[in-house]
Amino acid sequence: MQSNAALEYDYTIAKLYTYTAILFGFIGMLIGTLIASQLAFPELNYLFGEYGTFSRLRPLHTNVVIYGFTVSGIFATFYYLSQRVLKVSMAESKIAMTAGKIQFVLYVIAATGMVISELMGYTQSKEYAQMEWPLDLLIVVIWVLWGVIMFALIGIRREKALYISMWYFIATFLGVAMLYLFNNMAVPTYFTSGGLGSIMHSVSMYSGTNDALVQWWWGHNAVAFVFTVPIVGMIYYFLPKESGQSVYSYKLSLLSFWGLMFVYLWAGSHHLLYSTVPDWMQTMGSVFSVVLILPSWGSAINMLLTMKGEWNQLTDNPLIKFMVLASTFYMLSTLEGPIQAIKSVNAIAHFTDWIPGHVHDGVLGWVAFMIMSGLFHMAPRMFKREIYSKKLIEAQFWIQTTAVVLYFTSMWIAGITQGMMWRAVDEYGNLMYSFIDTVTVLHPYYAIRALSGVLFVTGFVMFAYNMIKTMTSAKELTEEPQFRTPMA
Amino acid sequence: MFHWLEKNPFFFAVGVFLVIAFAGLVEILPNFAEASRPVTGLRPYTVLELAGKEVYKKDNCIACHSQLIRPFKSETDRYGEYSLSGEYAYDRPFLWGSKRTGPDLHRVGNYRTTEWHENHMWQPNSVVPGSIMPAYKHQFTNVADIETAYAEAVTVKNIFKTPYGDDIKAGKKAWEAYRPKVLAEARKIASQMKNKDVKDMVKAGKVPEVVALIAYLNSLGAKRYNAKK
Repeated sequence: MQSNAALEYDYTIAKLYTYTAILFGFIGMLIGTLIASQLAFPELNYLFGEYGTFSRLRPLHTNVVIYGFTVSGIFATFYYLSQRVLKVSMAESKIAMTAGKIQFVLYVIAATGMVISELMGYTQSKEYAQMEWPLDLLIVVIWVLWGVIMFALIGIRREKALYISMWYFIATFLGVAMLYLFNNMAVPTYFTSGGLGSIMHSVSMYSGTNDALVQWWWGHNAVAFVFTVPIVGMIYYFLPKESGQSVYSYKLSLLSFWGLMFVYLWAGSHHLLYSTVPDWMQTMGSVFSVVLILPSWGSAINMLLTMKGEWNQLTDNPLIKFMVLASTFYMLSTLEGPIQAIKSVNAIAHFTDWIPGHVHDGVLGWVAFMIMSGLFHMAPRMFKREIYSKKLIEAQFWIQTTAVVLYFTSMWIAGITQGMMWRAVDEYGNLMYSFIDTVTVLHPYYAIRALSGVLFVTGFVMFAYNMIKTMTSAKELTEEPQFRTPMA
Repeated sequence: MFHWLEKNPFFFAVGVFLVIAFAGLVEILPNFAEASRPVTGLRPYTVLELAGKEVYKKDNCIACHSQLIRPFKSETDRYGEYSLSGEYAYDRPFLWGSKRTGPDLHRVGNYRTTEWHENHMWQPNSVVPGSIMPAYKHQFTNVADIETAYAEAVTVKNIFKTPYGDDIKAGKKAWEAYRPKVLAEARKIASQMKNKDVKDMVKAGKVPEVVALIAYLNSLGAKRYNAKK
């Protein structure tokens, strides 16, 4: 291969998604902090009339952080790193460039539509698939466009072998496409009733237990293909690049990738333990959840060992701190998940606050940390300026780490307390607590969780400020940094 | 072999797809027909109850309430008999929820009354001291969309063969003919309520959201059984 010194990458689309990641990250986490506070202080439910209740805002929080923040982060990093690992510029492909711009416009329309329609109460009431059918169709178009761009770039690539990150992005594209299509199958009632009622309303193709199975096949694997697969793709690029180290083991990456692909999809039924789903499916879900530790830890260990001999970087490069802690939280989360999927543990944990606790050590400690450190790594290379302030990143790191620890420790205690109280019986075998006893006892933990939200959002504002300053007024760079990201 | 795959994106993608699609085929497909069979004597939701289910979805009650009683003594003591697959046969979508910030509601119709729900939706603290549930006063003035609920009944009857009567048919005319039945059901519930706005609205031929919601909540449990033999 020739030297690529002359190749100028085109970051137009990557920059656009960087902006939306910052915007939606802030909005989504702010709503999260508000609803966390509402559980501790219920008066906060009445700030915006019917649009401000916990129940109406909760899906808005999950949807904005998933489809706003995380998906923006995935697209931003994809449009940045795919060019580099394939050794092509987006500007070389008219199709990719045009499709990219159209995709961004449609994405903004869909995201706005999502926020407005969910506030108004249009919902399919399936978790992480709340959006009604017109928005679903728009999302299919956005997703197809992404596939077109991905394969257009792959088609003209100069580097023949696909780098590990690309494996994960291809899998993200295929996995989400399959799951999203099947789970959102619904019949719009307006057309089948001779034009009666609301055009927005649809009814699910599946009923009851079947609907539950399809939904959690989706729900669990949306976590896989949005919160895990593309994020692993990110760390495989950003950690070696930032540290100047090569990936520890190619064989381990192979094993982890194919292992993750095969095992993850089986585990969805662990959301339905002790439900009306057949017992054998529940057991399959449990068993495969435990097996899932192997490929998850495989990737995480591969990343940690990539730092072998260079651990000193952890002390003086805050981005390495973020990434190493992210893979550590990934290990914590992927150990905790399987534990919760064991039936006897699930009997206590299910329906309690331990579940949001588990979700958040993953999404805050792993997903958000990786996206933010990825964007920090990209900013000086896209905007040709050094990072505005290293001190600010250091402070952000410690504030947000404290936030994550407060979040999951308080929710562990809350969840186990709740689970134990629901089943506690007195010496005559009667239930010891009325339901409301198990709610009021949680107040202090809900208050701690609200505080952790405030801390995390504070850290995110520091991130946003640092990024904006980097884009606009930090010191200009004369040449592109090779590994370590320069910062003032 | 893997090196070869990494240089052939098409076959790589096909490989990934096969590997991820496999689990769904094995776990989901085999049970499909059986899981959608209703238990004996179960009737579908009435149009008013369907409208109430939409209120339940709109205000997103599943954020805090489950509809799934697990087969543990601690749960059957608290909520009643454990849930059966066939009880959900007419539930599109399923509304099991995944979090119990509040109690399970799958059999709430067996032990709560219209009057209790009215007080509770207006001010949860008045019947459950210490409750952290918000009040849903807007449901007393918002109008429930019974026409869309009827459209849903028509759809599930025609497409999924849900056993509704012959009076549920597509088209404006059929709906106009059916409408009084929905209103009659709403009046029955409103007659047990004390809120003046609610009574006035029902008298004027409109169904407040809270009336539809209470109809739905009352239907959760024994009331949807033994409708016919």
